[in-house]
Amino acid sequence: MSKTAPPEIKDPIIEVEHLDFYYGTEKALHGIDLLFPRRHVTALIGPSGCGKSTLLRCFNRMNDLIDISEVQGNILLNGANIYESSTDVIELRRRVGMVFQKSNPFPKSIYENVVYGLRIAGVKNKTVLAETAERSLKGAALWDEVKDRLNQSALGLSGGQMQRLCIARAIAVNPEVILMDEPCSALDPKSTSRVEELIGKLRNDYTIIIVTHNMQQAARVSDYTAFLYEGHLVEFGLTEQMFMKPAKKQTEDYITGRFG
Amino acid sequence: MQKYWRTGEPYVWATGAALSLTLLIALTLIVVVMINGLGVFWPDDLEQATLKSGRTLLGEVVKREPAASGEGYRKQYKIGNRDIYGLDFRWVDEADIEALAQPADAFILEREEYGNFYGYLQSLDVGGLAPESSSDDAARLFAAHERVRELKEDVEDLEDAVSGLSYQLENIRRQLLEAEYQGLGPNHPKVEALEREQAILQDDFRQLVDRINSETRQLRQYHATFTEADGQQRDIALADIVRAYRPNQMDFVQKVGVYLSKLKELFLADPRESNTEGGLFPAIFGTVLLIFTMSLFSFPLGVIAAIYLREYAREGLLVRLVRIAVNNLAGIPSIVYGIFGLGFFIYGIGGTIDRLFFPEMLPTPTYGTGGLLWASLTLALLTVPVVIVATEEALGAIPREIREGSLALGSTKFQTLVRILLPMSSPGIMTGLILAMARAAGEVAPLMITGVVKLAPTLPIDGNFPFLHLDRKFMHLGFHIYDIGFQSPNVEAAKPMVFVTTLLLVLIVLVMSSVAIRLRNKMKKRYTFGTF
Repeated sequence: MSKTAPPEIKDPIIEVEHLDFYYGTEKALHGIDLLFPRRHVTALIGPSGCGKSTLLRCFNRMNDLIDISEVQGNILLNGANIYESSTDVIELRRRVGMVFQKSNPFPKSIYENVVYGLRIAGVKNKTVLAETAERSLKGAALWDEVKDRLNQSALGLSGGQMQRLCIARAIAVNPEVILMDEPCSALDPKSTSRVEELIGKLRNDYTIIIVTHNMQQAARVSDYTAFLYEGHLVEFGLTEQMFMKPAKKQTEDYITGRFG
Repeated sequence: MQKYWRTGEPYVWATGAALSLTLLIALTLIVVVMINGLGVFWPDDLEQATLKSGRTLLGEVVKREPAASGEGYRKQYKIGNRDIYGLDFRWVDEADIEALAQPADAFILEREEYGNFYGYLQSLDVGGLAPESSSDDAARLFAAHERVRELKEDVEDLEDAVSGLSYQLENIRRQLLEAEYQGLGPNHPKVEALEREQAILQDDFRQLVDRINSETRQLRQYHATFTEADGQQRDIALADIVRAYRPNQMDFVQKVGVYLSKLKELFLADPRESNTEGGLFPAIFGTVLLIFTMSLFSFPLGVIAAIYLREYAREGLLVRLVRIAVNNLAGIPSIVYGIFGLGFFIYGIGGTIDRLFFPEMLPTPTYGTGGLLWASLTLALLTVPVVIVATEEALGAIPREIREGSLALGSTKFQTLVRILLPMSSPGIMTGLILAMARAAGEVAPLMITGVVKLAPTLPIDGNFPFLHLDRKFMHLGFHIYDIGFQSPNVEAAKPMVFVTTLLLVLIVLVMSSVAIRLRNKMKKRYTFGTF
C-alpha cells in the first residue's frame, strides 16, 4: 500500500516510513507509511488485533519492554529518527507522553502523581512543582474537583477522575505528543464525555494520537483517522471525509459495523 | 442424598474440620506451655509430711497421681536441699503418710548454689547488720539479707571493673604479640611503652581483686543456721541466698510480689546452677541480637537478588533453574546449613581473616571459631530463599500498567523500581521478612556448630570499643531449651525452666512478628491498588 496521506499535511510531527514490526517471528505491522499532523487529533481505528496499539507503542518505544519485539523502518519525530541507536529513550518518552487503557495512578498522593514526571527528571524547586501541578490539573479539567485534597491518595478518586489525573500527569512534563490507548474504554458514558471534552481542549496545544474502538468517539474527537486491518494501513484521511465517504469498501464495512 | 452432596456442604465441613484441627493442635501447644510456664514462679505452699517410718519431709507438692500398686494415690514432693539429700524430688505413697502439716515458719531459701533449701530458721549471726533489739529472728534475717544483697551489688560493680580491666589487658597482650610477630625486640620503645602500661594495669587488677576478695570474705561472715525437716543443721551464708520467704504465711499480694521479683530476675539476671535457675537475660539478648543481625544480612541480599530475578534477568531456562534452586534451598535440612557455615564461613573465611589480620594470635583463633557473625550469616543463608520468594511474588503482583505508566513518563527502570515498585511491594516483602525471622528464631541445629554456647562469659554488646563484638560466642533460647532439657545433670529440676524458656521464645517470635505485621498493615494501607 502506497502513501495515502492527504496532501494538506505540510508540517508533520511524526513521519512513519515503511514500518515493519515483529513479535518474535510473527509480523504485526506491514510496511506502514503515515504522517501525523501537528496539533491535531488523529484516531487509529480497526478491529481487535489489527496492530493499532502496537503502532501507538512504537512512538514512545514502549515496545522495547518486550524482549522479542523487533522494529524495521523509520519513525521520525520532528525529522529525527527515534529508532536510531543514539536516541535517548528516556528523553523521547518525556516528549511523547502516554495515557493507558486502564487508568494507572501510582499509589501516592494526587499531587505526587502529577509531579512524578518532574521529580524523576530531577526538578526540586517547590514553586515550580506546585505551579506545574496546578497548571496540569487545570489543563486536565480536574483542578476544581481535587484542589482541596491534593495530599490525599490518588487511589480514592473515581475511575473518570483517575483517568483525567493520568492525563494531567502526562501533560505535566509538557510533551509534544500525547498517545492515548483507548483512554475511555473502562469509563462510564459521563466520564467518557468529560475526557472527550478534554481532548477537544488539548488539541490546541498538543498533538494527540488516540486509539479507539468506538467509531462515534473517533468521529467526535479526531481530525484525521487511520484505519488499520491485519497489520496493514488501509486508509488514512480527514475524519469527516472518511466517515462520510470512505475511499475503500473495507473501511466502509468496518465503520458501518458490518464487520470488526 | 445426592442432592445433599451436590450442595457442597460436606466439603465445607471437611475443610472447616481440617482448619479446626490445626488450630486445636496449635492452641493445645500454646496452652500447655503457658500453664506450665506461667505457674513456675508462683510460690507454692510448703507441706510437711510425717511418714509412718518416723521420718519427716518438707517440700512443695509437685504432682499427685494413682500409685503404682493400683491403690490410693502417691505424691511427688520437691524437697530441695540437694546438698543434703542429693535429690530434689521424692515420691511418697499417701498410705505411708502419718500426718500432714503446713507449718507457718517453714522457709524457702533460693540459693546461688545447690538449688532451694526448705527448712526452719534456727539461729542468726548477722553482726551489726540488723538491730538486736527486734526480737523476731525472721524479721532480722530479712533485714540483714536485704543489706547483704546491697553490699553484694557493690562487689558486683567491682567485678565489672575487673572484667573491663581484663579486656584492656587482653588488648595489650595482643599488641605485644603483634609486636613480637613483627620482630620488634624487647627494647623497642613501642614494646616498652606497652609493657609499662601492662604493669600499671596489672597492678590495678591485683588491687581490685584483693579488694573483692576481702569484701567477699567480710560479707560471708554473716550467716544463719537452718534445720531441715529431719533435724539436720546447715550453716548458710546470707550472701549465698538469692531470696528467702515463708510461703505458708504469705497473703496473695505478697505472693504476687515474689512472683514479680522472680519474673524480673528471669528477664534481667544471668543464669546459675548450670542454667537451670536464675535468669535468661543473656539468652534473650543473644536470640534477639541474632535475629536482628540475621535480618541485616538476609533482607538486603534476598530483596536485591529477587529484584534482579524478577526485573532484570531475561526470562529463560537459566532463570527458571535458579528459581527452582532457590525454592529447593528452603527445603534443605538446617543442620546442613550449619555444617556449611562451619566449613565455609568459620574455617574458610574466618580462618583466612585470622591468617591475614591476626597472625600473631595463632593458633588461638579470633574469627576462625564460632561467633555471632558466622551464626547470623548461616541463618541468613537459611532464610534468604523465603525473602527471595516473597519479594518476587510481591513484585510480580504489581500490574504491568503501573510499570508502564512510570516508564512512559520518562523514568528509568531504576527510578521506577525505587519510587514505585519497591514501595508497592513492601507489604509482601515484609511478609517474607516476618516468615524469615520466625524461622530463624526457631532454628537451633545450625547454631550449635556456628557459635552458640551453653554459657557465654560476656554479652556480644558491651561498653568496650567497638561495642558490638560480632566475633563473640553467644547464648540462645532455643539452644537453652535443648541444653537444660536434655543435657542438664538434673533434668527433673530443670523442667520448669524448659517451659519458661519455651514460653519466652514463643513470646519473642510473637512480639517481633506482630511489630512487623503492624508495619506491614501500615504499608498496605498506603499502597493498596485502586480498583474501579
